[in-house]
Amino acid sequence: MTTPTAGQTAAQAGPPEEIKAVPVRHPGRWLAAVVVLVLAAMLVHTLLTNPRFEWNVVWSYFLSRRVLAGLGVTLLLTVVCMAIGIVLGVILAVMRLSDNPLLSGSSWLYIWFFRGTPVLVQLLVWFNLAFLYPKISFGVPFGPSWLTANANSLITPLIAAILGLGLNEGAYMAEIVRAGILSVDYGQSEAAQALGMTRAMTLRRIILPQAMRVIIPPTGNETISMLKTSSLASVITVTELLYAVQLIYSVNFKTIPLLIVASIWYLIATSVLTAGQYYVERYFARGSSRELPPTPRQRIWRYLTTFHAPPPTPPLAAVGRERL
Amino acid sequence: MSATAFSPPGAGAGSGPMVLAEALRKSFGRIEVLRGIDLEVARREVVCIIGPSGSGKSTLLRCINHLEKINAGRLSVDGELVGYREQGGRLHELREREISAKRAEIGMVFQQFNLFPHMTVLENVIEAPTRVQKISKHEAVALAEQLLDQTGMRDKAAAYPKQLSGGQQQRVAIARALAMKPKLMLFDEPTSALDPELVGDVLAVMRDLATTGMTMVVVTHEMGFAREVGDNLIFMDDGLVVETGPPRQVLANPAHERTREFLSKVL
Repeated sequence: MTTPTAGQTAAQAGPPEEIKAVPVRHPGRWLAAVVVLVLAAMLVHTLLTNPRFEWNVVWSYFLSRRVLAGLGVTLLLTVVCMAIGIVLGVILAVMRLSDNPLLSGSSWLYIWFFRGTPVLVQLLVWFNLAFLYPKISFGVPFGPSWLTANANSLITPLIAAILGLGLNEGAYMAEIVRAGILSVDYGQSEAAQALGMTRAMTLRRIILPQAMRVIIPPTGNETISMLKTSSLASVITVTELLYAVQLIYSVNFKTIPLLIVASIWYLIATSVLTAGQYYVERYFARGSSRELPPTPRQRIWRYLTTFHAPPPTPPLAAVGRERL
Repeated sequence: MSATAFSPPGAGAGSGPMVLAEALRKSFGRIEVLRGIDLEVARREVVCIIGPSGSGKSTLLRCINHLEKINAGRLSVDGELVGYREQGGRLHELREREISAKRAEIGMVFQQFNLFPHMTVLENVIEAPTRVQKISKHEAVALAEQLLDQTGMRDKAAAYPKQLSGGQQQRVAIARALAMKPKLMLFDEPTSALDPELVGDVLAVMRDLATTGMTMVVVTHEMGFAREVGDNLIFMDDGLVVETGPPRQVLANPAHERTREFLSKVL
């Protein structure tokens, strides 16, 4: 197909004859399929026939006001704690990479401490802060204080949960952000500085946007993890999703059905977050490859509007040649 | 590429050389990379620096806009010390903001282009003018379009760097540097990372720039460019300036044995 008349001759000759060969048999695949199908059938069977699942109870509580209120608190905790974690993480990561040994040292110490102790213990300490500091006052360090509050009324269970989960998350986010910043080629900072940009401006405009590509996937993981870790707040009497269903089943003893209610809601929430993560990743991937992959929606649309299965995308060069 | 958006301010701005280095020294740890460099670049002059790798060419260039800090000697650009202020007979380090302001007046083009991959070509060019010089976006876009015209990249304004060839990226990088209206342009092996057939386009843009009277310091391996465009040629080896002179003379008839040896390998 190199002569100018290539298109013509190719059309006359028709496509070359397709190869007809006996395909390789895969007995192992059939065996595996049978095993998987049997196991799946057993699972469905037990879900439907074991009366102790009490699906009617599950559905009757699924949209109950107390469960939804618990879900609301779980989502609130997730959003607020992740926001604290991300802001704190960026600050700690920048401090850690600073030339100032005091800044990088204190950042290191923070990460060491908050990663080194269990988050459950941190939650309990915040919850019981009043034992350590019965009164909390704001004012000049070592000087007079302007405002004094009772620790027990200031640190409510919800505040304790936000502090415990948020400050702990900051330590993990710091390492994620630091990895992202380090992943950006040093030439980028140099180019920005050569253009007269200050270090702060370079970080904000050039480095962080590029670091996002590395930062987003683990941050998505952290958010999903936070959604589930927030159930630890049930220990300090925050009525989030888990504690909400615990309160219900402690009265009616429908333990398993209510735990299933909570599990289904956790699954729905994590699924939504996973989808959101996909689109955020896609946004920050701009410029990183020549062409963005289609979104699932675009893919489905393309599938529906094409009458046959779409052929695998040919390389660009091949497309050009076909048009000759 | 006839109408140039750009007219260098160098002409009447000041007197004396644009770059002046005296006994410049620079070490990385215990390795001394520059061992006493004397250099003078006049206004509107194109100086090409050649030499084997590791001779300190790039380091010298990077010292000029303070990407590297010198250890000894004096270095000034447009009559002002680089990185320091002299007050009462003592040197005071400049603040970051002051250093950035000085760098903004010096354009630099890198071997690896270093375009910002998350921004389009146009966004790359207007970033520093709008953020650093704080000119209006409208004005910056107009200037950028002129410069992209000048470098033959106007039709790629909406593309991302990854969608461009190396030569195209380097031409955008030149436009990006020119958008700051620099009084001095530094080129650090601008064509070394390019496929041979793309080198010509970049050199053509640089040649055009030289004819506008821009003061340029070019570290290069392109002897042809050095011969035709350069006003002065510097041969460096082992952290020292071995030989300086008009390019034709140095290339055709080098005075030093070391220069002769290097040229016999590369020409």
